[in-house]
Amino acid sequence: MMAITLFGAAVIVFVVIRIVPGNPIAMMLPPGATDEDIARLTAHYGLDKSIPEQFVVWLTGVLQGDFGTSISLRQPVMPLVLGRLPATLELSIFALVLAVIIGGAMALTGTRFRGGRTEAVIDVANGAGLSIPDFLWALVLILTLGVLYPVFHISGRISPSLDLPFTTQFYAFESILRLRFDLWWDLLKHMFMPALALAIPLAAIIGQLLKQSLKETMHLDYVVLARTKGYGENHVILFEALRNAVLPTLTLIGVQFTFLIGGTVIIERLFSYEGLGNMAIDAVINRDLPLIQGIVLVFALLFTVVNLVVDLTYALLNPRLRHA
Amino acid sequence: MTPFLQIENLSAVIRGTSDRLLRSVSLEVNSGEVCGLVGESGAGKSMIGKAVLGILPAAVEIAEGQVQLDDEDLLAMPQADRRRLIGAKAALIPQDPLTALNPSRRIGPQITDRLIDILGWTRRDAANRAAELLDEVHIDNPQRVLASYPHELSGGMRQRVLIASAFAANPKLVIADEPTTALDVTVQKQILRLIREMQERHGTAMLFVTHDLGVVSKVCQRLTVLFAGKVIEQADVADFYAGPRHGYSKALLAATPKFTEPFTSLMPVDRAVITAVTAEIEAADGAWHHG
Repeated sequence: MMAITLFGAAVIVFVVIRIVPGNPIAMMLPPGATDEDIARLTAHYGLDKSIPEQFVVWLTGVLQGDFGTSISLRQPVMPLVLGRLPATLELSIFALVLAVIIGGAMALTGTRFRGGRTEAVIDVANGAGLSIPDFLWALVLILTLGVLYPVFHISGRISPSLDLPFTTQFYAFESILRLRFDLWWDLLKHMFMPALALAIPLAAIIGQLLKQSLKETMHLDYVVLARTKGYGENHVILFEALRNAVLPTLTLIGVQFTFLIGGTVIIERLFSYEGLGNMAIDAVINRDLPLIQGIVLVFALLFTVVNLVVDLTYALLNPRLRHA
Repeated sequence: MTPFLQIENLSAVIRGTSDRLLRSVSLEVNSGEVCGLVGESGAGKSMIGKAVLGILPAAVEIAEGQVQLDDEDLLAMPQADRRRLIGAKAALIPQDPLTALNPSRRIGPQITDRLIDILGWTRRDAANRAAELLDEVHIDNPQRVLASYPHELSGGMRQRVLIASAFAANPKLVIADEPTTALDVTVQKQILRLIREMQERHGTAMLFVTHDLGVVSKVCQRLTVLFAGKVIEQADVADFYAGPRHGYSKALLAATPKFTEPFTSLMPVDRAVITAVTAEIEAADGAWHHG
């Protein structure tokens, strides 16, 4: 199943980036290059063959673990992509955690004080979070917490002056393992605003949907029965309603998380964060076909893994699915 | 001796209006006694149980009256105290066993949670008690059922679990809200017998809400007939079946299907009787002023 999805994604990207106008060879040669130079380089990268032929060549390479060589960076694609992937993963996961915390807190508070002014305020906040896209939140954050009150760093992944002891690219994760909380704090100050910008729209969606299903669950018989046992509002929301109400939200988080990963492309650009998304934009500008293909394939793989994880979590929370 | 549950002059209205759902209801249930509460759907019989247990829907508020449980005035107490008192002394057997158990929690904790969290039992004592209770409600292999999820049990089994759960804390009052309505006819009889058996063994006072006069005759000692939120008649069961006093009660009793005469057609309550009782209620309503 996963293999079919990935193959489909690969085919579409492969064909589309070759049909749209733009020539990678023209991008890399100086203005005075002769037609002969252009033809030689085109042949060197195999771009003179037909699209199906190119695809077979590329796929054969991929199946042997060779994703080709980046035209603009003149390095093998896979190490480039894998070098950037951890940065994007850390950013996306941190954003997801923020979204779940903010959205969950809004849903629980809104349910606890439903029908009152608090819920109305939360509904308005949700509306704003939903209707303003992540890149605008990014600009708002840069202006406020980056420029007016410079609490966080607005550019890069880590301060360049620091000595980095890391052996992997998972800086934030590794800094915790190495107990280097000074580095972790620096990473966090870089990561916080882009993550928050990505998290706000998702938090609003989570807040709205979870609140809705919580409120519906609160009327169900088993919740009412729990009240007669002597339990108060907080206990009933957290221990009777939440686990059942969270299921529809969980499915949605899976779908929305893939959008969030897609959103990293623009957000990383805005914050000059050295992740995969930022690299993707450079690759597209340079018409770097092998690099684009490699990045898209990794994104597609990421999406399918996220969906798999969601399905597994769903089964874990819903006992009715566990034996099916 | 004062009754264990005493409801006096209780009126409930739709919040913010003076539309009465309960009309000055007075009702008492003595210790060890099963009191039937009968009426058509919409008569407000479940509403009375909900008012006692403090689980009225948000759209309904109590306009006047008193509810005394074990000599304590429930409506005058702070909410948290009232909840704990109800949790300790009263319990509900709900109508639909398919929706009254939390689908994502195992059966065991759903029986023991009240004992541990509200009444402060140890986990071990609560677990032993749960197994003992399942045995009392004639469930074989209690340990397996305690570890099951609700979807793994049949409707009848789930109702047995809910009955066990209701009697877990040795309540002084159990409110059974149409406990057999959602069940299969063949299972209904077993469940009724079980409720009666548990009630006798524990000496519990019980408010038995039902629309079925046939069931009342088997389970209850006294009954209250309700129409449009108003008490129409209160009587001992034996006297009632010998000859109800009120015209509406007579019509309701006549409309009860008799299994001894399976081929007679069912008879609805006569329109003229409904009109008469409605007029009676409206006349009484004229004299009632909210607040």
